Amino acid sequence: MAEQTLERPRAAAKEPRIPDQIESVSARKVRRRNSILRHTGLIIFGLFMLYPLIWMAVSAFKPSHLVLTDPGIIPTETTLDNFRRGWNVAGYPFAVFFGNSLIIAISCIMGNLFACSLTAYALARLNFRAKKVYFAIVLVSVMLPMHATIIPQYIVFSNLGLVDTFIPLILPKFLATDAFFIFLMVQFIRGIPRELDQAAWIDGAGPFRVFWHVILPLMKPALVTTTIFTFIWTWNDFFGQLIYLTSPGAFTVPVALNALVDSESNQGTGVLMAMSVLSLVPILCFFAFAQKHLIRGISTTGLK
Amino acid sequence: MTLSAQPTRKKGFGRQEGAAHVFLTPWLIGLVAITSIPMVASLALSFTDYNILGRPTFVGWENYERLLGDARFWNAAEVTVTYVLISVPLQLAFALALALVLDKGVRGLTIYRSAYYLPSLLGASVAVAVLWRQIFGHQGMINQILGYFGVQGENWLQNPSTALSTLIVLNVWTFGAPMVIFLAGLRQIPEELYEAARVDGASTMRQFRSITLPLLTPIVFFNLILQTIGSFQAFTPAHVVSGGTGGPVDSTLFYTLYIYQQAFVNFDMGYASALAWVLLVVIAAITAVHFLLSKRWVFYGD
Repeated sequence: MAEQTLERPRAAAKEPRIPDQIESVSARKVRRRNSILRHTGLIIFGLFMLYPLIWMAVSAFKPSHLVLTDPGIIPTETTLDNFRRGWNVAGYPFAVFFGNSLIIAISCIMGNLFACSLTAYALARLNFRAKKVYFAIVLVSVMLPMHATIIPQYIVFSNLGLVDTFIPLILPKFLATDAFFIFLMVQFIRGIPRELDQAAWIDGAGPFRVFWHVILPLMKPALVTTTIFTFIWTWNDFFGQLIYLTSPGAFTVPVALNALVDSESNQGTGVLMAMSVLSLVPILCFFAFAQKHLIRGISTTGLK
Repeated sequence: MTLSAQPTRKKGFGRQEGAAHVFLTPWLIGLVAITSIPMVASLALSFTDYNILGRPTFVGWENYERLLGDARFWNAAEVTVTYVLISVPLQLAFALALALVLDKGVRGLTIYRSAYYLPSLLGASVAVAVLWRQIFGHQGMINQILGYFGVQGENWLQNPSTALSTLIVLNVWTFGAPMVIFLAGLRQIPEELYEAARVDGASTMRQFRSITLPLLTPIVFFNLILQTIGSFQAFTPAHVVSGGTGGPVDSTLFYTLYIYQQAFVNFDMGYASALAWVLLVVIAAITAVHFLLSKRWVFYGD
């Protein structure tokens, strides 16, 4: 399932095509009416779902006296005031928090790509005794709640003086603790025809060269999926960043946003909405560019 | 020893213990240092009294006995179970319903799929939790809209009987992720089955009951496990919406929020570890029961 398509193989044959001359006029009308009904329903439901998000985006541009009186999404007045006031409100310019979030996200992506691909290659392609046991451990650790390990981890990092640094958030990724991605990559490598790497073996390449020159380039879609998901999850992560980052200069976007909420009464809803919208912009950009990979990633993990 | 034990195998196709363990080194270190030892340590800590400054003192079963008499623990458990029991089935029902509609060869599928998926992408963020706090606030969007219809809205977040519902709504709203998985599952069902059923004159409902649903049960099962485990661990919305308190009157005190308070606010590490281990055992037990029950209803074809 290397390049799994999400479209049904015989999608075209699904509704048996009746030539227009044969299909009666009334049947065509019924089909057309059903289609319009379905689209209307889907659009109304979609707008209903997206309404809060749209409202948030619009409110960010409303002057503060309108935010709390107008639930509409067509602003009568617009202003950038909320952004201007919110940007510096947490003691540091928000740019600092964006920078921190970005450093952590990029490091985590590198860690996951590096450690999970090595692990996945060994589990999918190399022969060794503990293979089945190791793979079972990977599967179990996908479901392991972080709360079972977070307290001792925190104590250790705290004793090492690493609380309030990014290391507790990044280091685990370089040690392949995101088992989900190992699983994803193993499934992907299994879909790559064995002949490709066996040919390289026969030509005398060792496991490292096979991994680097054959498997890694072929598993690009899985690596892209890992990158996107790691970015989004790290960007959205709150629990880990909340407990490990204690001084405002080290805050990430979610932690800063949370701190901003605590002083909401002084800031006003407009400022909160403005900063919330800004914090979502990177995710929305990723989503816009990588929508296809993202959907494919989430659907392939759900199968097999 | 392993390579020489299989002299007949072609070079490179025998055991590759050495190479494999080089590849597995980061993971093995992580498994020992970041997962296994902390897990054991967490269990050990749960039998101690430890506030991170002094030394842990062994207290036997005291923490677990304390749990039994701790009203906030029982309350947190009840809140969390209520949240899971209501929001997960609703979320999956929405996900399946929308997937079925979108699977019918709708034009513009990509746009609809993206629109419905977007909330699950953002739902875990602090930003959306902040938004929720506003939407359901006393002067929030919901009450403004209700006001148009002349309805005097509640103070949703300040009322202990409605605060949890707002978080349930948030979780149901993120049905897009399971929906995408359902959609992919529906695509795997061979079209021939439906053609054959149509030839036999089976109604749409009958096709759904006899073809779609049975063939989709593995996906339903997968989504059920995933969402159940995920919802048990929900933290961000409860923390942000209640300002970290789990209020009003502990009505949104999610279990993970209680662990957080005990561990990282009170620094009662021993007690928090006991709480965490109870969660681990409960999640493991629920997952095991799901797997056992799945033999009765999950249909693995081919």
